[in-house]
Amino acid sequence: MVAYLDHAASTPVRPEATKAFTDALVHAGNPSSVHRHGQAARALVEDAREYLATVVGCQPIEVIFTSGGTESINLALVGLFRAAVEKDAKRNRIVVPEAEHHATLDTVLWLQEHEGAVLEWIPVDKQGRIDVVELQDTLERAGTAVALVTMLWANNEVGTIQPVTEIAALAAEHQVPLHIDAVSAFGHIPINFAQIRTESGATGNAGLVALSISGHKFGSVPGVGALVVSREALLEPLIHGGGQQRGLRSGTLDAPAISSMAIAALVTDKAFEQEHARLLSLRDATIGKIQALVPSAVLSGDPQNRLDNNVNFTFPGCQSDSLLFLLDAMGVSVSTGSACQAGVAQPSHVLLAMGHDEREASSALRISLGHTTTQEELDEFLDALPDAVERALQAGTTV
Amino acid sequence: MSGGVDSAVAAARAVEAGHDVVGVHLALSRMPGTLRTGARGCCTIEDSMDAQRAATMLGIPYYVWDFSERFKSDVVDDFIAEYQAGRTPNPCMRCNEKIKFAALMEKAIALGFDAVCTGHYANVVPDVNGNLELHRASAWAKDQSYVLGVLTSDQLAHAMFPLGDTPSKDLIRAEAAERGLSVAQKPDSHDICFIPDGDTRGWLADRVGITEGDIVDTEGNKLGTHEGTPGFTIGQRKGLHIGTPAPDGLPRFVLEIRPKTNTVVVGPKEALDIIEIAGTSFTWCGEPQENPENEFDVEVQIRAHADPVPAVALLVGGELVVRPANPLNSVAAGQTAVIYVGTRVLGQFTIARTVSDLNVVATA
Repeated sequence: MVAYLDHAASTPVRPEATKAFTDALVHAGNPSSVHRHGQAARALVEDAREYLATVVGCQPIEVIFTSGGTESINLALVGLFRAAVEKDAKRNRIVVPEAEHHATLDTVLWLQEHEGAVLEWIPVDKQGRIDVVELQDTLERAGTAVALVTMLWANNEVGTIQPVTEIAALAAEHQVPLHIDAVSAFGHIPINFAQIRTESGATGNAGLVALSISGHKFGSVPGVGALVVSREALLEPLIHGGGQQRGLRSGTLDAPAISSMAIAALVTDKAFEQEHARLLSLRDATIGKIQALVPSAVLSGDPQNRLDNNVNFTFPGCQSDSLLFLLDAMGVSVSTGSACQAGVAQPSHVLLAMGHDEREASSALRISLGHTTTQEELDEFLDALPDAVERALQAGTTV
Repeated sequence: MSGGVDSAVAAARAVEAGHDVVGVHLALSRMPGTLRTGARGCCTIEDSMDAQRAATMLGIPYYVWDFSERFKSDVVDDFIAEYQAGRTPNPCMRCNEKIKFAALMEKAIALGFDAVCTGHYANVVPDVNGNLELHRASAWAKDQSYVLGVLTSDQLAHAMFPLGDTPSKDLIRAEAAERGLSVAQKPDSHDICFIPDGDTRGWLADRVGITEGDIVDTEGNKLGTHEGTPGFTIGQRKGLHIGTPAPDGLPRFVLEIRPKTNTVVVGPKEALDIIEIAGTSFTWCGEPQENPENEFDVEVQIRAHADPVPAVALLVGGELVVRPANPLNSVAAGQTAVIYVGTRVLGQFTIARTVSDLNVVATA
């Protein structure tokens, strides 16, 4: 038997997205060419841009297609930082919460190392919630020196949903641009870019100006993502060339992948209400059953205000890699949730930021659900779990 | 699976023998290098990818298990501490003793495995009563039984060495190529895996610091100064920079390193000829010798690639004493002596005391 419970890593491609991809493959033509072949390819891309704009609540011109979430995040952080510093050399601070994804952490650390960025770290609490008071204090203290604020909409490891509009309002109030990493949120939380801008009082380059998404997290073919960039944002491009996409992201547009992502977004959006309710019910039942089966297991992240597809527990005395191996041997694919280096599970930096010690941070399992998840799959996992935990306890920890 | 050709072929043979095999790569550093450099064949991300590729080709699952903390405390820190104490440790042996056939084996057994299978060249065979014995590999040149001398009966019972009866490494490479394993022509690894550039002396100096000290003769007379004890080896002749020649005009060699006084002792070549070695820290590999208080005939080997020397051994008051038929050369305290009977590994001990032909006793 097989149970795939790692949708937060990558979710299976939706059939509609596969069809959109293969349909697009038969077209000849570069979307930037002026002849009819080119125009046909361009039509696919612009249809996709409109679809995606509808789903995320922005204008089509504000959708910049990229190669995925990591590129979107790099473009947002490096692009906003360089534009801010170019305008005012004193604006070299980046406000960043401690429990961000590595795509963010490694990028801001690189900017610190190579381009003189000063990092203002914002702590998270025991449930992974951003300390909004600390963030507000930071903006009040250093607002005129801040190049940008960046944050995860929802934590990819522990699922905690952040107070996005509240933080967007703080950014707007302090005249600082905000980037939101919505890679894990898309498809699980309704997103409306323009509405957040309006409600939080964003004007020009202040407040929410950029938002990252990644196609393979919601059923597109992999290798495609988008950065929503407000038309009023000040942002420098990373990739130079043919000047495509407002000059913010040069390079021949990948019409098949872009079509695939847009169709996946439409299908996800259309099914949202029903799917959200279904996932919530599966998620909460799973959390309850894990607690009943393994009373020592501790739920990580906000118990209520969390992604509908995220279950994350620490298993005291167990090491994640043992659990992962044992479950994998029984056909169940889950994740430690944390980043890997050469396949080695590192202690989760998210759990460390939430106040756990190294041993606890190395004992986590993330079970993430998605559009193909069934109760039968979860039962496979739940059947395998107690024995896996018992054996992992015997194997002990090497951390 | 280190990412090298030996473990890849060992895994292939285990699969072919019908075992349910899982590939495991040991992460021994939290900050592995990206690319392989020089002659090393493990421990970088590239090596881990090589191991994974081999596992994929064999159709077996593959995982990386993190033993970096244990490796640091049991092997790397131990290596530094031993050098600081003036002894010459063998980290590969220590890794077999503490990591591969201890931490890894315990974890594997707890997770439901029966054995740890490696690409070591050695053989585990039962004696007439069914007790397991460790024997040298068929190919003398590749034999690695020395570094496995620390294994006990329990560990032998859970160890598999499918390469032990292969006549040569070339055949292993040919077999790897035939099986389509991309590591077939990957160079062998040498030296110490955690010292990436092979500069043991520089590596130790960075960690223990070095201070100038005296070079003295066996009488304690100062003959010169050295820049720091790390990196000196027993038997070393070059690089001593002693101005005054010996009275007899013959070259002098490092006889002993005394870290506590930061002193290097030098003397004539004959003082390196060791006629007795002994240590209290010993283990039997498999069944113990019967009545070890009575002298028994063995062969003794004091380095991974040294020739074995006929000797007699006996246990005296808790100390295993070995007297070679011909003097051993350049023996350092801290080295492991493995004793054999024929091809069988009988046991091993850490050399704590040596007696030279000139009756100079050194202890550490």
